[in-house]
Amino acid sequence: MTIAADSILVLLDTTPDGALAKSSAALLGAASTVGTPVALVLGDEAAAKAAAELGAATVLRAPAPDSQVGVVDALVAAAALARPDAVLASHSVDGREAAARFAVRARSGLVMDAIEVARDDQGVIARSSAYGGSYTVTSTVTHGAPVITVRQGAVEARAEARPLAEITLEVAASGVAAATTGSVEVAEKTGGRPDLRGAAKVVSGGWGLGSKEDFALVEQLADALGAAVGASRAAVDAGFVPSSAQVGQTGVQVAPQLYIALAISGAIQHLAGMQTAKTIVAINRDEDAPIFEIADFGIVGDVFTVVPQLIAEIEKAKA
Amino acid sequence: MRIVVLVKVVPDTNAERTLSLETGLAERATAALVADEIGERALEVALSYADAHEGTDVHVLAVGPEESTTSIRKCLAMGAASATHVVDAGLVGADLGLTAEVVAAALGRVGYDLVLAGNQSTDGMGGVLPVMVAEHLGLPSLTNLTAVTIGDAEVSGTRLSEDAAVGLSAPLPAVVSVTEALPDPRFPGFKGIMAAKKKPVEVLSLADLGLDADDLSTSRSIMLTIDARPPRGGGVKITDDDGDAAVRLSAFLAENHLI
Ligand SMILES: Cc1cc2nc3c(=O)[nH]c(=O)nc-3n(C[C@H](O)[C@H](O)[C@H](O)COP(=O)(O)OP(=O)(O)OC[C@H]3O[C@@H](n4cnc5c(N)ncnc54)[C@H](O)[C@@H]3O)c2cc1C
Ligand SMILES: Nc1ncnc2c1ncn2[C@@H]1O[C@H](COP(=O)(O)O)[C@@H](O)[C@H]1O
Repeated sequence: MTIAADSILVLLDTTPDGALAKSSAALLGAASTVGTPVALVLGDEAAAKAAAELGAATVLRAPAPDSQVGVVDALVAAAALARPDAVLASHSVDGREAAARFAVRARSGLVMDAIEVARDDQGVIARSSAYGGSYTVTSTVTHGAPVITVRQGAVEARAEARPLAEITLEVAASGVAAATTGSVEVAEKTGGRPDLRGAAKVVSGGWGLGSKEDFALVEQLADALGAAVGASRAAVDAGFVPSSAQVGQTGVQVAPQLYIALAISGAIQHLAGMQTAKTIVAINRDEDAPIFEIADFGIVGDVFTVVPQLIAEIEKAKA
Repeated sequence: MRIVVLVKVVPDTNAERTLSLETGLAERATAALVADEIGERALEVALSYADAHEGTDVHVLAVGPEESTTSIRKCLAMGAASATHVVDAGLVGADLGLTAEVVAAALGRVGYDLVLAGNQSTDGMGGVLPVMVAEHLGLPSLTNLTAVTIGDAEVSGTRLSEDAAVGLSAPLPAVVSVTEALPDPRFPGFKGIMAAKKKPVEVLSLADLGLDADDLSTSRSIMLTIDARPPRGGGVKITDDDGDAAVRLSAFLAENHLI
């Protein structure tokens, strides 16, 4: 079996149960905009089939390794076989770390957290955002195939389904020291709500919600709108929500059509995670809260008064 | 035991950070340089271990510009015993690959039993430097930890990834990175600030480490273009005095096809 000359090698993350991670469709989609997607799947036949359905022209498959080093060893073998024009991985914790270790071994240049990939006359380039979306930067590498991580939920392109063309990958163990994996506790699912990353609408709650119980108000509005739930760091620190809901500098960066901030002051580090939203709505009882400076629609008021009324209005409008 | 903490000195996220549209480099005039908060949290992990274990030597390593000195002194005032500062004109605009080579080379010179880092810097946001250093040094990495236990000969912790919380362990030496789930860093006291003045800071150049920033045998990332997003203006702000704010917001959402 031959591998396309313009191949883009895509490392697909897998979930603890062996399925392809959600990021896979956008990664293969991004790859298809700059070349022929060749997927590296570390798992079973079903995962390989799923990769082909998401647009992988060739699937290189090896068994799931038991450490990060094993993933890197597989990437080395896959790159030697595919001789790609670029290597793409998810900017997830697992994806970016495997990509970065691979870049060190292959002496490749690394471009992180791309929101788009493209080609110029020299090769594959990436667009990313800096300082919470205040700047857009395009970058590439001095020579060779760039290793690029892609932000989850940022790429809309999808590749066409292909019949499965699979190559079994022989992986030579590098013997690099790895940590030992013990217990694995699968993260709670968001209960039918959209994922924060890539969501079209986000409703976030801040410290002003006061308690875990009262934070339910944020969830109720989110559900009325079909939105994902987010939070400020103060709300996460107070234990109202898990850290995966944090929006901001050190949390998730979102760019939805609609972002509603409830009882969030609008600290600069929070804005770094949501200021590129198309429409921003804020409800805060402090008329001087900085969040109002960037809100398209601001209400100076109490969330416990305004939000229940808003939910009722939305239900009415939907009926 | 020698714990080396990797602290990045970054533009303060509390100020408006700007990049030069000509060079793509951070503009010093707008946001002052500070030790990245996550690096201080990593230092706190090391210091609280040292508080409970005599004979622990906590050393700070920072690769950054001349102006990093104040932030390095702050780390010493918090309780680190000594520091290494790698500074070189060749490192201006250094990418992750070069920075990782420099950190790894400096670690080789300084010596370590455990390397502690933050999971992600607030300016670079790469979230990968610790594993790159581990790859260079052939060390096991335990990264993105929300809990860490340091033993005499072993380190373990809980790694938070997208889909799971995973228990990891490795014999020392190893590279660890922590998330902001770990406790807030301590504030330096007066005694600490006075003591810091006498603590040793070794300043190293690339030549001291036998590295050459212009060596292109390893591919480097380069910026092609940079654009600033136009500033965002405020919109309507109403006060919920008449109790009709929710109705008006609902109408606004409907008009914009958001319901
Ligand atoms: C390195 C670093 C990284 C950080 N990263 C992040 C990050 O990723 N995300 C993030 O969010 N923060 C981050 N922060 C923290 C940030 O600086 C703020 O502390 C945080 O965003 C504040 O959260 P908050 O707005 O919920 O709380 P507060 O600032 O306390 O604001 C609460 C708001 O609620 C309002 N309020 C109270 N009760 C009501 C009510 N009943 N009705 C209406 N309004 C009410 C108040 O008027 C107030 O404006 C970071 C900080 C640092 C130093
Ligand atoms: N220039 C640097 N000097 C010292 N430590 C660094 C430097 N850059 C990154 N680090 C460490 O690596 C972590 C992750 O950084 P990054 O990969 O840039 O997100 C930081 O929290 C620091 O602990």
